[in-house]
Amino acid sequence: MSTEVAEVKEVKKSEPLFSKKNRKLVTNPLDIDNPITVQVLGICSALAVTTQMKPAFTMAVSLVVVLIASSMVISALRNTIPSRIRIVVQLAVIATFVILVDQVLKAYVYDISKQLSVFVGLIITNCIVMGRLEAFSMGNKVGPSFMDGLGNGLGYGIILMIVAFFRELLGSGALFGFKIFEAAGFHYPGNGLMLLPAGACIVVGVIIWVQRSLNGYREG
Amino acid sequence: MENLISIGVRSIFIDNMIFAYFLGMCSYLAVSKKVKTAFGLGVAVIFVLGFTVPINWLIQNHILNQGSLAWISPELATVDLTFLQFIVFIAVIASMVQLTEMAIEKFSPALYGSLGIFLPLIAVNCAILGGALFMVGRSYTLPEATVFGLGSGIGWMLAIVALAGIREKMKYSNVPGPLRGLGITFILVGLMSLGFLSFMGFSL
Repeated sequence: MSTEVAEVKEVKKSEPLFSKKNRKLVTNPLDIDNPITVQVLGICSALAVTTQMKPAFTMAVSLVVVLIASSMVISALRNTIPSRIRIVVQLAVIATFVILVDQVLKAYVYDISKQLSVFVGLIITNCIVMGRLEAFSMGNKVGPSFMDGLGNGLGYGIILMIVAFFRELLGSGALFGFKIFEAAGFHYPGNGLMLLPAGACIVVGVIIWVQRSLNGYREG
Repeated sequence: MENLISIGVRSIFIDNMIFAYFLGMCSYLAVSKKVKTAFGLGVAVIFVLGFTVPINWLIQNHILNQGSLAWISPELATVDLTFLQFIVFIAVIASMVQLTEMAIEKFSPALYGSLGIFLPLIAVNCAILGGALFMVGRSYTLPEATVFGLGSGIGWMLAIVALAGIREKMKYSNVPGPLRGLGITFILVGLMSLGFLSFMGFSL
């Protein structure tokens, strides 16, 4: 788990929420510090829920909500949490928000909630949430923690949507359940490989390849 | 008995935690650089999954399910606590991990030396919580749940040791710069997952 975001120094009270430094907290995770392709956090759900765009979108929104809420709560409590039991406290806070999100999904979008099955619950152990709480919220104020949560949540969401776009388009010839190729008058038989786990891994591998060719990030 | 063997084989090969559900991917990618450490983490995962799945089964069926509290008093028969599932399961997992760590430290310092650092990592390994949630979704009995837990752990270990073996050899290959590291690992996992697909439709 690499956490390359430098600890933001305690910002002065007068600093506005959208100062340049705080904006960086949102924009960095979208590309050069992306939680999935660079920090290697939260891979499980990124691969598992991306066969179609609709569940992927729901998952991304749920994660953004949980991440923002829990990083603000943890950051507000950071001075009162004893460091020995911080993991348990963090898990309890995350689990509370995940239960809320799960209940809301079950009440309003039951079909998608069924499709996501265990993966909503698995947001609890999604390393993005734990990783950001541990690396950022424990040492920063509520405002920057909000921005960091938003940025990392969106960075995760973007990759999720890109992967889901290719998998649904190539796998079943549709976007958000709308049959694109059929509408344009073609017959598209669908590529089953894209719907399999193997397809997901290869799509993510290629995305990482393209992204690193563009931004020049190298490893090892 | 045949049913148990079939569940065991299914959970190791066909419904492999990594290749069919992508559970536990984070530590899978992070700790698979050397075969030796991969093996250590794999053993720890088998251990924890084998314990937590049956324990969570007991909790789910004797405390959380609707009507399962009737053994305390008949008035509680209508209480449904299933919404507490996540928080209870994660608490059980975190405490089991801690207990396992203490037990291993006491009884086998040598094993602790090699597993020690991996044990805390396991609390946030989604394969463990995923195993518990799958167990609930598929309504197994207690022996089935135990076999499922052990089988999933063994499947996970197989997968991580295999990947670590390949990655050790990858060091000698000339991989394009931007693909090096994480990128090529993902493609490798994809190809391995294709290989595991050949077990599909295989049943006892």
